[in-house]
Amino acid sequence: MIRFIIWRILQCVPVGLGISMLTFLMLSLVPGDPVTLMLGQHASPQIMNNVRQELGLDLPFFSRYLQYVWNILHGDLGRSYIQHQEVTTMLLDKIPITFNLTLVAMTFAITAGVLIGVLSAVKQGSPWDTFTTGFTLLGISVPSFWLGMILQLIFGVILRILPVSGSGGEGFQLQYYILPGFTLGFASMAIYAGLTRSGMLDVLGQDYIRTARAKGLSKPVVVLKHGLKNALIPVTTHAGMDFASLMGGTVLTEMIFSLPGIGTMLINAVSRRDYPVVQGVTLFLALVFVLVNLLADILYAVLDPRIRYD
Amino acid sequence: MKLSKGSQFGLYIVALMTLVAILAETIAPYDPLQVVLKDSLQGPNFKHFMGTDLLGRDILSRIIYGARASLIIGVTATSISLLIGLIVGSVSGYYGGWVDSLIMRLTDIFSAFPYFLMAIIIMTFFEPSMISVFFVLGIAGWTNYARLVRGQVILVKVSSYVEAARSIGAKDGRIIVHHVFPNILSPLIVYTTMNIPGVILAEAGLSFLGLGVQPPTPSWGVMLSEGKDFIFNAPWLIFWPGAALLFSVIGYNLLGNGMRDRLDPRYKQGGESNGSRLVNSCQRS
Repeated sequence: MIRFIIWRILQCVPVGLGISMLTFLMLSLVPGDPVTLMLGQHASPQIMNNVRQELGLDLPFFSRYLQYVWNILHGDLGRSYIQHQEVTTMLLDKIPITFNLTLVAMTFAITAGVLIGVLSAVKQGSPWDTFTTGFTLLGISVPSFWLGMILQLIFGVILRILPVSGSGGEGFQLQYYILPGFTLGFASMAIYAGLTRSGMLDVLGQDYIRTARAKGLSKPVVVLKHGLKNALIPVTTHAGMDFASLMGGTVLTEMIFSLPGIGTMLINAVSRRDYPVVQGVTLFLALVFVLVNLLADILYAVLDPRIRYD
Repeated sequence: MKLSKGSQFGLYIVALMTLVAILAETIAPYDPLQVVLKDSLQGPNFKHFMGTDLLGRDILSRIIYGARASLIIGVTATSISLLIGLIVGSVSGYYGGWVDSLIMRLTDIFSAFPYFLMAIIIMTFFEPSMISVFFVLGIAGWTNYARLVRGQVILVKVSSYVEAARSIGAKDGRIIVHHVFPNILSPLIVYTTMNIPGVILAEAGLSFLGLGVQPPTPSWGVMLSEGKDFIFNAPWLIFWPGAALLFSVIGYNLLGNGMRDRLDPRYKQGGESNGSRLVNSCQRS
């Protein structure tokens, strides 16, 4: 197990370096001079040269890359061209909002998805099962940004029971995250429902379930204690990867619900061509993706000892 | 083996969408770009079945033309991803060794960026337009194709017919194109069909964010973006384009599952529920 974990961590090193090279290239490939983009066209050549030296832009390509990696390792992701703020500071400001949104979406998706999946497996072939199939199809097909707007219309305008935009200021206020969380987690909920259903159907056909039934255990105990525990292994590992995907996919949801998280920050940076911010957000999200996938793989190996990778 | 009822339904939806896209000029009741300010923000009525937008343009006509944008981008971007994946994956799988290791590590690096995020980032370097959306979505989506092609090529390259071609002196390029490609087509067709809805949604998402197709070109994403400011007093502006998008994506998803049931031997035996199939397809994409 330890060897597997060390091997898996070592595999992440070249990928991490590759990601840093790719994000570094991103800024290097930008058309035009970064200093001109930062200071505007009317800055004096003297000031431009000073800034160029200060940022190390006069150094050769490879030296600049090493400098970039060194800065990353010290938590320095550069400075915004537009807001003239440290990208790391900006990111740290936005992370809690995106993290909260992702967490609410995950909680909702897993709870509802597993519940629907279990009921569907237990009542296999019933109208409820047919409904689950349709629901799964709907879940993976519905555009999240459209769903978000429909929810805003229903719960914010017609029923007037939930806020439709913003994060509610300081601190975590759940009511502001319910609609965005549902919107972001809806597709995942459908996937969890399907995963749980197929996992449960596999497990419920096993000998040990038959034995448990033969011992006279009640149906809920057999289903929940013996069945669900094993059926949840693929759900648990999928949840790890899903967390990273959802975090990277919050862009549209944050835009619809005016949540000032990482997604909104990225879109604003893209539309204003604020390249250091785009670079910083990209690097952060890609590294989160790699890290969470690593944790998911390790978790998979811990939960199911049969799983090992070459 | 016949397509299931669900998959047949998917096929009908896709066929309908394709016909609508091709015959847009004939069936659209109005010019989708024609501004009629006196008809601004009319709800659905007999003259305008789906209502009008802020500039008085007929929504039904814009939806019909929007099908064309979705279809063109869905097919073109998927073809670009397929082409890149085919080249990269076949080189990697066929030559193996350090070439394979190098290419697969590169694929791992590109896979670290979620698809839609990757598309947004690449879009930073392009001016938003329909042409740039083709390329951006095409470039962002090659990694899964490369992995799929590599796996298939590794299986096929040890076949006796490939050995036979090699023994009579056929060059690598010829072997790959004439002997390997035709034998890896089935999984590629299945994956390509299943990938199109993701591309259509991504195009709509990019256009919604203002990074894709630009107004006044009718695209469902653009229509949703234009309608979002009027969601409370003119909800039909977002309802119809979203419904068209949903309908179209459902069609491709159902068809994709049917294609897989037909062409992928692992699913020919049956036994797996529709729900599980859908989930598996979604996870793969």
